[in-house]
Amino acid sequence: MSAQTIAEAQTGLRDGSLTSRMLVEHALKVAADTEAQIHAYLTIDRAGALEAAEKADEDFSRGQDRGPLQGIPVALKDNMVTRGVETTASSQILAGYVPPYDATVVARLRAGGAVIVGKTNLDEFAMGSSTENSAYGPTYNPWDIDRIPGGSSGGSAAAVAAGSAMAALGSDTGGSIRQPASLTGVVGVKPTYGTVSRYGLIAFASSLDQIGPLTRSVEDSALTLEAIWGHDPLDATSFRGEYPALRSRLQEGVEGLKVGVVSELAGEGYEPAVEAQVSGMVDKLAGSGAEIHEVSLPTFDIALSAYYLIAPAEASANLARFDGMRYGLRSAGQTAEEMMSRTRAEGFGPEVIRRILLGTYALSAGYYDAFYGQAQRVRSAIREDFARAYSQVDVLVSPTSPTVAFKAGERTEDPLAMYLSDICTIPCNLSGDPAISVPIGLDGQGLPIGFQVMAPALGEPTMYQVAAAVERLASFEARPNLDLVAS
Amino acid sequence: MPVEIDIAHVARLARLGLSEQELDHYRRQLGVILEHAARVQELEGEPSVDVTHPLGMVNAFREDLPGDSLDRDEVLAQAPETRDGYFVAPPALEG
Repeated sequence: MSAQTIAEAQTGLRDGSLTSRMLVEHALKVAADTEAQIHAYLTIDRAGALEAAEKADEDFSRGQDRGPLQGIPVALKDNMVTRGVETTASSQILAGYVPPYDATVVARLRAGGAVIVGKTNLDEFAMGSSTENSAYGPTYNPWDIDRIPGGSSGGSAAAVAAGSAMAALGSDTGGSIRQPASLTGVVGVKPTYGTVSRYGLIAFASSLDQIGPLTRSVEDSALTLEAIWGHDPLDATSFRGEYPALRSRLQEGVEGLKVGVVSELAGEGYEPAVEAQVSGMVDKLAGSGAEIHEVSLPTFDIALSAYYLIAPAEASANLARFDGMRYGLRSAGQTAEEMMSRTRAEGFGPEVIRRILLGTYALSAGYYDAFYGQAQRVRSAIREDFARAYSQVDVLVSPTSPTVAFKAGERTEDPLAMYLSDICTIPCNLSGDPAISVPIGLDGQGLPIGFQVMAPALGEPTMYQVAAAVERLASFEARPNLDLVAS
Repeated sequence: MPVEIDIAHVARLARLGLSEQELDHYRRQLGVILEHAARVQELEGEPSVDVTHPLGMVNAFREDLPGDSLDRDEVLAQAPETRDGYFVAPPALEG
């Protein structure tokens, strides 16, 4: 199996040297060899995948071309609903739930001929940074199975890193695509808020949630995003304007571009290896003709505080729908309220309960203005900071995560320490702007380090242009040693 | 700044039937998290922009056209209890 990326496989699928069946059987074989150790998937739809592969190959043989994802094995985070395939968001409260419809992104993947291999593990309702908050057990990092893959899209990241899918979709509310991408050595993108439909994404925090791709290369990321984004009348926040082409400037380099280094995203709490590699990459960008500026965004220091009020507040409202009435778990109770309270206490895991309580408190009478209202003002101030920065530079750069992948169990007892994992990624969720994580190297223990490129809203073409340059400059070709994992 | 939390009241609002021990556990954790979150009060001045949609979208309504809805049997098949095409729930009022 030679094709490592979708871009490579595309050619083979069209010149007849590869078939979708070969790609899908390879992905299923990798899953069979590694899942006992990695646990990237909650559900593998073997029969459905092989059937879809056959259909893709038939289409190729008839000259029917649905685009670059035709015949490509793709995995989906299990908070995107799939008609007829169990979808749990890693929660007991949705155990056994079989959705009667497809999310818009799923429908678009199917229409583009993509082959859906299965549903990947996540922190319950996407709340977490390590994939340890799953009700169905954690996912482990293919680079070191004693460590977590990041989260909450840890299953999607681990599947792409291991090779049991060529691309995966994740969702990013505070960094849940970019941070696991960074920790597993793959490319992860949170697109501009409103550009990828949230219809059929099980809601966590609706003003922050955004679906995006995890892939092995920057080009694969751009072509996967092109396949899933675009206006959707079923999502009231979906952007109705023109969507730019994403792959036209990948070869252009960074000559003359202004790159801002965020001074707040460095220093205490950042691992030396992460800082060294990130500043090494900044030097390489300068050597390639980029103009480097030190940029200060002072509100970044309180972004995490604002996020941990806004996201739980929205979650507490969104998760009110899980009441034991229409779907999912129901615990016994004499009255509707007793049934609901028992169902929710038994069906939700500790992190979800913690965030519902936090959000309910922040929205409750007497505390609303000091907490939630003030957090919204911070959010506005963060957007002002970004606007000021983007009047001086084209993109901003930083580490994606202050650390490499940490050991399983290391932060589970300390919620605040876990929340600090997202310090570099949260600002772009609060602003709605796009950002990408690109792998740039390994630390001394052989663990991947990611480099984040942020751009203004709808600035994806420039973001991808810089990311492609970073990818070339890093020439990161290391892969996890799956023989060690499988043995 | 220590934060005061009536955790039993918050749990009731959120319809979470937690034990005394669980309530105490969450109250202590929330105290730590809220002390950190209270840093939002360090913001100086009043920002001039309002947070709405990052792309400035307002009032997005789709065309009001009739279309197929989800199949009733398929939807009810996911429910914990149904009768004659309806969801069945415990009484909302006691007595």
